[in-house]
Amino acid sequence: MGTTSAHGNEGLGRRDLIKRSAAIGLITVPTMSLLTSCATGGGGSDEKKTKAPAGKTSATNPLGVKKGLALEAFIFKGGLGDQYAKDAEADYKSTYGATVKHTGTQQVGPKLTPRFAGGNPPDVIDNSGADHLNMNKLSDQGQLQDLKALLDAGSIDDPAKKVRDTIHPSTLEKGLHGDTFDVLYYAFTIYGTWYSQKLMESKGWEYPKSLSDMVKLCGEIKKEGIAPWTYAGKYPYYVHFNLFAQIAKIGGMDAWMAIDNLEPNAWTKNDAVKEVIEHYEELAAKKYFLEGSQGLTHIQSQTQWTKGKAVFIPNGSWVENEAAPTTPEDFGMAVGALFDGTGDKMPHGSLRAEPSEPFIVPSKGKNPVGGMELLRIMLSKKHAQNFATKVKSLTCVMDATEGMKLSPGLASASSVFKEAGTNLVSCQLQEWYPALTDEKMGGLTGQLLTGDLKASDWIKKTQEAADKVAKDDSVAKFKRTS
Amino acid sequence: MQHGKYRFVAGFLALPLIVYAIFVISPFVQAFQISMTDWSGLVGTAEFVGLDNFRRLWESDEFWNALRHNIYMLALIPVITLGMGLFFAFMLNVGGRRKKNEVVTGVAGSKFYKFVFFFPQVISITIIAVIWFNIYNPDPHDGMLNSFLGTVGLDSLQNAWLGEKSIALWCISAVMVWSNVGFYVVLFSAAMASIPREIYEAALLDGAGRFDTFFKITVPLLWDTVQTGWVYMGIIALDAFALVQIMSVNMGGPDGATDVMPLRLFQTAFRDSQFGYASAMGIAMLIVTMAFAVLTMRFARRERIEF
Repeated sequence: MGTTSAHGNEGLGRRDLIKRSAAIGLITVPTMSLLTSCATGGGGSDEKKTKAPAGKTSATNPLGVKKGLALEAFIFKGGLGDQYAKDAEADYKSTYGATVKHTGTQQVGPKLTPRFAGGNPPDVIDNSGADHLNMNKLSDQGQLQDLKALLDAGSIDDPAKKVRDTIHPSTLEKGLHGDTFDVLYYAFTIYGTWYSQKLMESKGWEYPKSLSDMVKLCGEIKKEGIAPWTYAGKYPYYVHFNLFAQIAKIGGMDAWMAIDNLEPNAWTKNDAVKEVIEHYEELAAKKYFLEGSQGLTHIQSQTQWTKGKAVFIPNGSWVENEAAPTTPEDFGMAVGALFDGTGDKMPHGSLRAEPSEPFIVPSKGKNPVGGMELLRIMLSKKHAQNFATKVKSLTCVMDATEGMKLSPGLASASSVFKEAGTNLVSCQLQEWYPALTDEKMGGLTGQLLTGDLKASDWIKKTQEAADKVAKDDSVAKFKRTS
Repeated sequence: MQHGKYRFVAGFLALPLIVYAIFVISPFVQAFQISMTDWSGLVGTAEFVGLDNFRRLWESDEFWNALRHNIYMLALIPVITLGMGLFFAFMLNVGGRRKKNEVVTGVAGSKFYKFVFFFPQVISITIIAVIWFNIYNPDPHDGMLNSFLGTVGLDSLQNAWLGEKSIALWCISAVMVWSNVGFYVVLFSAAMASIPREIYEAALLDGAGRFDTFFKITVPLLWDTVQTGWVYMGIIALDAFALVQIMSVNMGGPDGATDVMPLRLFQTAFRDSQFGYASAMGIAMLIVTMAFAVLTMRFARRERIEF
């Protein structure tokens, strides 16, 4: 039985509950007192401030990890696998002589929700994938460890240099909830339009500079009997990777932040939205999407693309690892930056590059210091390079891959990333309001791309859906200013 | 020996009943309690919000949309599944031609058919969903259905199936029918086996054809079994979670065209972390399912025929 005293206004005061429910007359008093918060009880109250066990701090152990104290890691095992984390855990084990319990899963949310509710979460979590935990709620309810100590600790490669100074600034920005840095996005995903260098060169096609060039090129491609585009219709948010970023590039980041912040009329008053959505409407009307794409999974659409049935696909840099089994040897995977529109606020070559793979350390875990230390190990050059080799993806550790020989897709991603410099686009909308972007807007985008929905209706309905979320007080809201 | 019989029985049943009460009945009752809180499911504290979740549910277009799809399925799927089950069972048991010294037989090869019909029941629903998802793959070469249509020259019928808003729900419903028919064939076959042969013989002597024997003898005598099957199939149609979650485009899409109540509940709990609201949905589902079962039992009642 959970213990529920009527403390303050948190928790179900047993007395209150009985009084109210008796007043409503729904449940009799005896059963009520018997059942008061069985499922919801246990852990969670903020009064229980346990001091996490800590060891002595030193130059090589700046966080003060307690030797021999067990560590538990929960790692999302998706497109990137989980071997990279196991490698870091092995280092932790040998350094601190502690056992590390590792779980690799695709079901982070369903598996860990009850453990948070029960007050015994693991020490470090890679909270990624479709079924991830809601970090906004967790942060809201004080379940996430503030990672400031990690940022201020000396780095593994050079103890005189703080961890904070070795990672990309946008990672520092994205990991914030309010003023607290409590999420470390370990990887860097480069979003964009992916294509085969070999196919483009053999046909003498140039990667288009602007939206209108794209439409022209699509016409030529279609004449060759190849579909210009394909996409993962089963998961329409794949289309949003590019669509959102394209709006931000043309309309500028300030106008996009208004969208992220759910401001009234943020979609309807932004001309870039109209331009980009009409561009997609045109592509759909001219049948520039591979037929049947609306029913394909991400894997199926990527397979069509590696087979050369379609030239372009909106995707993120994990595609190289994920599509490896079907990619021909000489495919020459490459990614291109965003296209120019009219009156752009951001220069040519702007790119959507986002910190990804969110790692969190639960504050109520048994060994949060150990959790942070594992992240510090992963942020060393050695492990950042290991990650790049194993899963063909960049990390937030700056210049970690200098002088390494990279795979084609990763090399292309690195070079567009370098060219973009500081002209980076980042979108929080999907991170913060997945029910809005994936379900509601995903449905609209699917209809837009099959030609069943007009651009003007897409904009109108999207604005309505965004307004509805803005009014819904059961959804935690977030604001960004940079 | 009569003395103390009940105490004796209760003594044996006490332990399982206590286990059942703790692990089945108490979560049921707690769902009612949780549905009146704003519990997120992530931490052990929650605020009491009264009937607020139910008010939200009443005003939620998404939930009504999901309920409507469940009702469509409830109206169609049991009728089709049971109808086909009855028909096949009849053909396998009594629909055959007359042979010597056997008055009532099934069609040729009925043993083999029985085995094949039951096959989908043996495979887990998840695997069925994945298999059919791939059959519906819209690609004209990789998708079994589309490539078949292409081979026989029916290219005009090729479709994006699950990606097509107007037919996606029926594609999923078809799979539900396909995977359940076999069970009813076996169930009705067993029930038919208990119908005395003399009744069929008498009917045949009076010159009844297959049609008459089916509607005037088989169906009335099987009515109890049909009724049970109906409730069971109705509950399956009100669920449909596994098929929709695995097969549908964008979780209940395109654009909400295949959304069902349990999927809504799942998304609310695990994606939006609103367990209180999700519990309220669970209770709404309970009410709908109970209402359906009670109404079926009430209106499908007929005279029992003793034989």
